[in-house]
Amino acid sequence: MPTILASKWAKVVLFLFCLVPFASLVWRALHANLGANPVEFVQHSTGDWTLRFLVFTLSITPLRRLLSIPEMIRFRRMLGLFAFFYVCLHFLTYIGPDQSFNLGGMWKDVQKRRYITVGFTAFVLLIPLAFTSTAGWIRRLGGRRWQLLHRAIYVSAVCGVIHYYWLVKSDVRKPLFYGAIVTVLLAWRLGDWFLRRRREPSASAASRRVPASVS
Amino acid sequence: MFGRQAPELTYCDVTPKSVYFDRRKFLRGMGLAGVAAVGGKSLLDLISPSITGHATTKLTDLVKSQFTTDEKQTPYNDVTHYNNFYEFGTAKGDPAKNAQNFRTSPWTVSVEGEVNKPRKFSMEEILKLAPLEERIYRHRCVEAWSIVVPWIGFSFNVLAKLVEPAPKAQFVAFESYYDPKQMPESRGTGLDYPYVEGLRLDEALHPLALLCVGMYGETLPNQDGAPVRMVLPWKYGFKSIKSLVKIRFTQKQPPTTWNRSASNEYGFYSNVNPNVDHPRWSQAKERRLGEIFRRNTLMFNGYADQVASLYNGMDLRKYY
Repeated sequence: MPTILASKWAKVVLFLFCLVPFASLVWRALHANLGANPVEFVQHSTGDWTLRFLVFTLSITPLRRLLSIPEMIRFRRMLGLFAFFYVCLHFLTYIGPDQSFNLGGMWKDVQKRRYITVGFTAFVLLIPLAFTSTAGWIRRLGGRRWQLLHRAIYVSAVCGVIHYYWLVKSDVRKPLFYGAIVTVLLAWRLGDWFLRRRREPSASAASRRVPASVS
Repeated sequence: MFGRQAPELTYCDVTPKSVYFDRRKFLRGMGLAGVAAVGGKSLLDLISPSITGHATTKLTDLVKSQFTTDEKQTPYNDVTHYNNFYEFGTAKGDPAKNAQNFRTSPWTVSVEGEVNKPRKFSMEEILKLAPLEERIYRHRCVEAWSIVVPWIGFSFNVLAKLVEPAPKAQFVAFESYYDPKQMPESRGTGLDYPYVEGLRLDEALHPLALLCVGMYGETLPNQDGAPVRMVLPWKYGFKSIKSLVKIRFTQKQPPTTWNRSASNEYGFYSNVNPNVDHPRWSQAKERRLGEIFRRNTLMFNGYADQVASLYNGMDLRKYY
């Protein structure tokens, strides 16, 4: 398994997989198969996939540790960037069809409606993470600072779930489902951090040397 | 269609030919007749869905109505595959999927409460209360999407007159059919069932308030509230109760489902009003199905000339 994951083709395959939701939307759009409310269909689909990719990204660290497959770290950046890709599409459906590209109206909406406020926050927080996702930026910022910055994904994921929870009318099952997963993924990190501190008081010093293993 | 007690009845009167030659309906009639003969309800479950499923029937001799918009009608397929009917699930496509086997025959609507002549109406009787009118109405959902639908029915006040509301009657309470066995998807949707709605008496008696038995020239499909529903074009869609079984004239304002679920978001009146936002989203604009950008929402959904006087002197921010 690790050898397959370590091969250069693994990334190519994953990349193509990550494009499937987008390809499916394009296919549906070309075949007029987006349902009665195409804008809403694309909006909901890209929103869903943003949350899913955030969850995938946040799963990498727990999974590679629990399953002892360190090679999985190779895929984290791509998954995170796909979360950003889908949130950009999601945002486009909002600023375009919903707000008619009126930035002033959008800004008023962002301030007034709490589910928009929190969703917009989730989106904005991902922008610097996408921008600094390259090896060059890790070097420039230094591992520790880079890592600190990229913890913003925790906030972004939580905001994304709240955004979803606040916009549904009465059926909260799906937002709660995402909420439960994000809670587990963040709680694991918290538990892991506690355990490490207790086991080795110098854990913080170790993390300075090997940033990727703590994330 | 075919009542168990009277299998020869119903829409045959309206469209003899189409029913007579409709293969699926004929088969279903046979199926139900068989059930009636055996007297066992469980047999219904053995009959395949395509036979028990409620298919629509053509309604003819429709009278043109003055209450009709000439706006472009929303395609039938959109109205039947994108709507809310939480008893059958909360996704827009759920009702079309999950209401297929909903049994709507026999059907009776019970009218009770503060009336001189309480009584039950069979579906067959309701269809004959008045000439059926086609009314093309705008329909605005509280979620800010809208459609234009050619409904079929007649003013609710026709039925109200027959039962003679007593002087005490101030409100009308409506109740939907609810059967958790037929509507398993209703669990977990966050609402209490049966679905209840209500109107002030003068609202209910307004000629625009439509007792609706069909759309697009046919009987109502299950997912759109078969066999009989209300349509109140100047109010948000959820006020237009579906699959109606009980009407109660009352002295006090009756509880309504969405109001009970979130009273700060859904008022008793719930008139379409672009100036009063839902606490979580704007009601100033709406997306007409089939369009990309949003259009302005009209006061009382464009029916202000007809209904605004019902609310003279009322603070519509308070009575949202």
